Amino acid sequence: MRARKPTLVLALLLLILTALAGQTATAADRFIILQSTTSTENSGLYGYLLPLFRAKSGIEVRVVAVGTGQALRNARNGDGDVLIVHARAAEDAFVADGHGVTRHDLMANDFVIVGPADDPAGISGLTDTNSALRRLAGSAAPFVSRGDDSGTHKKERALWMAAGIAPAPDASWYREAGSGMGATLNIAIGMDAYTLVDRATWLSFGNRQDHRLLVEGDPALQNPYGVILVNPARHPGIRAVDGQTFIDWLLSPTGQAAIAAFRVNGKQLFFPARSQARAGE
Amino acid sequence: MSDALTTPARRALAPTKRPAGVLPVALEAVSYRADAATLLDQVSFRLRPGRLTTIMGPNGAGKTLCLRLIQGLLRPDDGQITYATAPISDAGRRRIATVFQRPVLLRRSVIGNLRHALRVYGIPRRDRPAMLAELLQLAGLSDVAHRSARVLSAGEQQRLSIVRALAAEPDLLLLDEPTANLDPYATRLIETLIGTAEARGATVVLVTHDVGQARRLADDVIFLNRGRVMEQAAASDFFDGPATDAAAAYLAGRLLL
Amino acid sequence: MGDAITEALHLIAFGDAALWEIVSLSLRVSLTAVALACMIGLPLGALLAIARFPGRGALVVGTNALMGLPPVLAGLLVYLLLSRAGPLGPLELLYTPTAMIIAQTVLVTPIVAALSRQVIEDLHQEYDEQLRSMGLRTGGAVMTLLYDARLSLLTVALAGFGRAAAEVGAVMMVGGNINHVTRVMTTTIALETSKGNLAMAVGLGLVLMLIALAVNGAVMALRPTKAVPRHV
Repeated sequence: MRARKPTLVLALLLLILTALAGQTATAADRFIILQSTTSTENSGLYGYLLPLFRAKSGIEVRVVAVGTGQALRNARNGDGDVLIVHARAAEDAFVADGHGVTRHDLMANDFVIVGPADDPAGISGLTDTNSALRRLAGSAAPFVSRGDDSGTHKKERALWMAAGIAPAPDASWYREAGSGMGATLNIAIGMDAYTLVDRATWLSFGNRQDHRLLVEGDPALQNPYGVILVNPARHPGIRAVDGQTFIDWLLSPTGQAAIAAFRVNGKQLFFPARSQARAGE
Repeated sequence: MSDALTTPARRALAPTKRPAGVLPVALEAVSYRADAATLLDQVSFRLRPGRLTTIMGPNGAGKTLCLRLIQGLLRPDDGQITYATAPISDAGRRRIATVFQRPVLLRRSVIGNLRHALRVYGIPRRDRPAMLAELLQLAGLSDVAHRSARVLSAGEQQRLSIVRALAAEPDLLLLDEPTANLDPYATRLIETLIGTAEARGATVVLVTHDVGQARRLADDVIFLNRGRVMEQAAASDFFDGPATDAAAAYLAGRLLL
Repeated sequence: MGDAITEALHLIAFGDAALWEIVSLSLRVSLTAVALACMIGLPLGALLAIARFPGRGALVVGTNALMGLPPVLAGLLVYLLLSRAGPLGPLELLYTPTAMIIAQTVLVTPIVAALSRQVIEDLHQEYDEQLRSMGLRTGGAVMTLLYDARLSLLTVALAGFGRAAAEVGAVMMVGGNINHVTRVMTTTIALETSKGNLAMAVGLGLVLMLIALAVNGAVMALRPTKAVPRHV
């Protein structure tokens, strides 16, 4: 009689297995996969936008939030129907190579440089990124780079180049985290370091401690997001029709207004790309 | 429980309709070697149906090895073993059961061990409950049927091991020193059980060092020394007048050289 | 840490539908993966324990080494398999719970196989002659060994469950951490950490530990109490 019990456990496991099989079958109704950068997801933008879109279209948008670099690679493999990223040159290359149909300007926000409150490099209040970066390189204060080929990482490398500085990867003050934005922020805060971060992630980040926003406002810090439909001709199975419906809605006055209406702590984080929407409804 | 053992219960199930069986078993010039050592050297003997044969001899004579070869656990390097004039078959192997010197009991209850054996030996499902009850009674283990087999005393474990072998309804039952390390009472219970096995139609081969036990039980004696058969004789002849010096020395408790 | 404990208590006390969804998906994915891993790993472990064939030694070493398979690597391999650009792309399994189950099965199967091989091999050494004398061939012997080793094998399964429930790299890669679809305990913890919500992340971690504790407790409760030796 005792001996029966393990059999019972096995039966239980089998039951779970069958329950699961049923579950996955019913969940697969109408949906698209969105390969996205992390800042849009982590700031809560999708939590606000996607229910609005679903209510209107009946289409569920499943967000895979990774760095821009990985999002582009996944989309290249056909593992996504729509792409929202922020690395203009890489986006254009993606479309030029035939992996994407068209790139549309979706929205923008900007990058900021954050660092410890005592600001050992003395960059607080600068509005010129070049001189801020030169001061950073000149001081011994540590800087943490994403180091993960994300949109933010690409932007950061472009900024260093514009400032005429080539940080050696093994320089003691320049650290590559090889991580997402949030993890990189946690590291920078942990080691009293500076880092480049998009404003949306910074404002919605929960573990800022004594770190402050130090540099903002340079036009070079603009951070435009693009939206691209993955090319259905490359991979069968791309949900192009529903994907295009989503893109059309995002670019429509309704979608653009919804982006503008999204607030964190009363602050607008993303600015829609199309001016008629910016004028408001 | 001793009552149940001293008066062996008659079979609840009829021992009829047995297939032809594996007896007589004949070893013909069987040799077995391990590395350079010859452990059995040209051994020949016959096991006759209905006769209890004891295999005797000093340590290292090859007694246990003979049982393993007969059971088919090992293959001879030379010579052959025939079972009713044929080589061993799977069906034939199941007509033979071995009780090892140290009983290997499954990590189950007493009754769980017997159930397993009845299933493995292909006893029809409807016959199993009656056989279970009978075997438990034969072993005198009815009261501890649901206890873990591994917490039984040495004597109880050995009795369980024997009735488990009886679950095969074997033609040939091989017992390897079943009473080594048992007290006289436990030894008597085992000997009674051996009698029961014979009464149920099993031909028994018993390896033992206990000369008194051999005198009590044996019909035939095979005396081995250093991997050779020194004597094969009827028990009365062997014990009354061993033909070889080796056997005489063994029976007299002297060291064999 | 105080914040985290408060957060954990709050999560448990006021566990909302979202938390329950994540917890139940975690359990479903990991328990199913362990069940599948047992179906593959136990016979494989038994085979390695009992059968003697050329290459067995290499296979034993290989299985033991695969116990250390990095979850991210397992995730990457399954991703390459299930991607639309991969051989199984047409099945459309990427970013589904099924993909996560496959990845965790890949992770757990070597653990089940390697540990069960050891357990069964030890028991086999003890039982071998007895079972062969009863005329049992390999198949029947395996059934007997699996049954008699069942309690140890249950512990093996628990070790596998621990590995599955605790890993994040593989499910993140092939599940995508999609809200309401493939978000499990560990990927939620990673997400909350990346949002800087450290108290929430630790709170979820404590909930995960409690679940592991509950699963282990439930399985242990199903085991018979250890037989007390009673000699007569």
